[in-house]
Amino acid sequence: MDALMLDGNAAAGLLHEIFGSEMTTAVGTCDGCGTAGEVGGVHLYRGAGLAFRCPHCGNVLMKIVVGDERVWVDFRGLRALQLNG
Amino acid sequence: MPPISRGFRGRRRDDAPSDRVPPGQYVTDDFPVLSAGPTPHTSLDDWDLTITGEVDGLKRWSWDEFRALPSEPITVDIHCVTKWSKLDSEWEGVPIDTLLDGVDTTAEYVVAFCDGGYTTNLPLEDLTEGKAWIAFAFGGEPLDPEHGGPARLLVPHLYFWKSAKWVRGLRLAATDEPGFWEQNGYHNYGDPWKEQRYWGD
Amino acid sequence: MEGTAVLGRLNWRAAKVVELTPETSQTKTITFDVPGWPGHRAGQHVDVRLTADDGYQAERSYSIASAADGPRIDLTVERLDDGEVSPYLTDELRTGDVIELRGPVGGYFVWNPQAEGTVFLVGGGSGVVPLMAMARQRALERSGIPTRLLYSARSWDDVIYRDELAELTARRDGFDVVYTLTRAQPAGWDGYSRRVDTDMLGEVGPVSSELAVAFVCGPTPFVEAVASGLVELGHEPARIKTERFGPTGG
Repeated sequence: MDALMLDGNAAAGLLHEIFGSEMTTAVGTCDGCGTAGEVGGVHLYRGAGLAFRCPHCGNVLMKIVVGDERVWVDFRGLRALQLNG
Repeated sequence: MPPISRGFRGRRRDDAPSDRVPPGQYVTDDFPVLSAGPTPHTSLDDWDLTITGEVDGLKRWSWDEFRALPSEPITVDIHCVTKWSKLDSEWEGVPIDTLLDGVDTTAEYVVAFCDGGYTTNLPLEDLTEGKAWIAFAFGGEPLDPEHGGPARLLVPHLYFWKSAKWVRGLRLAATDEPGFWEQNGYHNYGDPWKEQRYWGD
Repeated sequence: MEGTAVLGRLNWRAAKVVELTPETSQTKTITFDVPGWPGHRAGQHVDVRLTADDGYQAERSYSIASAADGPRIDLTVERLDDGEVSPYLTDELRTGDVIELRGPVGGYFVWNPQAEGTVFLVGGGSGVVPLMAMARQRALERSGIPTRLLYSARSWDDVIYRDELAELTARRDGFDVVYTLTRAQPAGWDGYSRRVDTDMLGEVGPVSSELAVAFVCGPTPFVEAVASGLVELGHEPARIKTERFGPTGG
């Protein structure tokens, strides 16, 4: 892997701010390889924006860009997201 | 405005001439490493650079062939959309004009593609006439993998996400195709002097 | 990522410094009073945001070191020489100063042992901070769950919470600590003196059938080495929770 990489958990504050609830325990299914796992445990990279990657196949699960008043989220790499009560 | 943190300055310079600092930017002497994915480690034996798409035949250079092309030193200011700017950064690279020499195309757009899957899009005219390079050295040393080595695109007049790391080629296209970040909020063009950070700016 | 509370659902709170406690030469614990603090779970973190007088902002995440304690939380910060935020927090902050923080967040990496077995905590450098919160929470709850901390530090002087860890171990309630001192050892040291590797994890940690959960925290390369070592030893990846601090450790 990579010395720059973090866990999805490192974005917990931003994710909570965007989605209004704790997201690190949500279970995502990768659209690339079908592996499922908690969002807190995926691989997080910080580029111009945030890229969350599948720990199994490297597929981009989610991208987040934070603007001044807007936030953009791309979920295409997530086949499903299971939020637990 | 949020409460001021007494005595906090941060690690930035406040002595840079203001006409060199685009709006909303802060000057740093560091070179922050930002990446959307793991650092690729393509061996130079496997590396190539291609010009493809709306061209009359693919152009391709191996590493040795690429390094045999005339290159030049480049000293430029670079501006990252995450608000840091680095002045007088020193590079060495091959002008895109050199790579496009003899290439006949009606294409108006380019998609830069890279190891690891990153892409970014630009108008072709933003890569020509001395505005852009494929850079292979920084600060007098071969470009570090974490900064895009062995070679990256260098387009200093646009925000630095357009200077794609680990570039492997340029695809010339008739239509504009938003790249990795342009698809998700970052401005399609990205002029730092007009502060074109996000969609609609 | 900076900016004002983007969609306003988890706000930045004002946190006032009430106490500053040096731990080691490079680390300091800062106690904050946070009006309205909702409580937190051991292992969670906060995002800290600093704003300079010209509007420049910097944001970093810090693990909460303390167990739940009303409106007060402790952060233990390691001063990185080339850091932008940590030297401000360790060198500049005074009691009475107010900074902004957002949290608590990070439900993925929290003390909540469900399964039977031993909890294995593996911390490198300041990676011990959230693990200490877990040890403190465990002690507060008088939980008897067998818990072992493998703590990698550069030297004995770099061990944070040294006395308290000794005290927690002395309770003989199922908690103990194994140290490895990687750069310098005191005279007469007969413990580990190398970086954590698979052999050490095998000797110190429980066997895979007895692991409830492992929490691994520290610089990214440390976490990488430990997590892959644990997998190599046969531990289930789903039982290994990691908190990487990035290249320099936070």
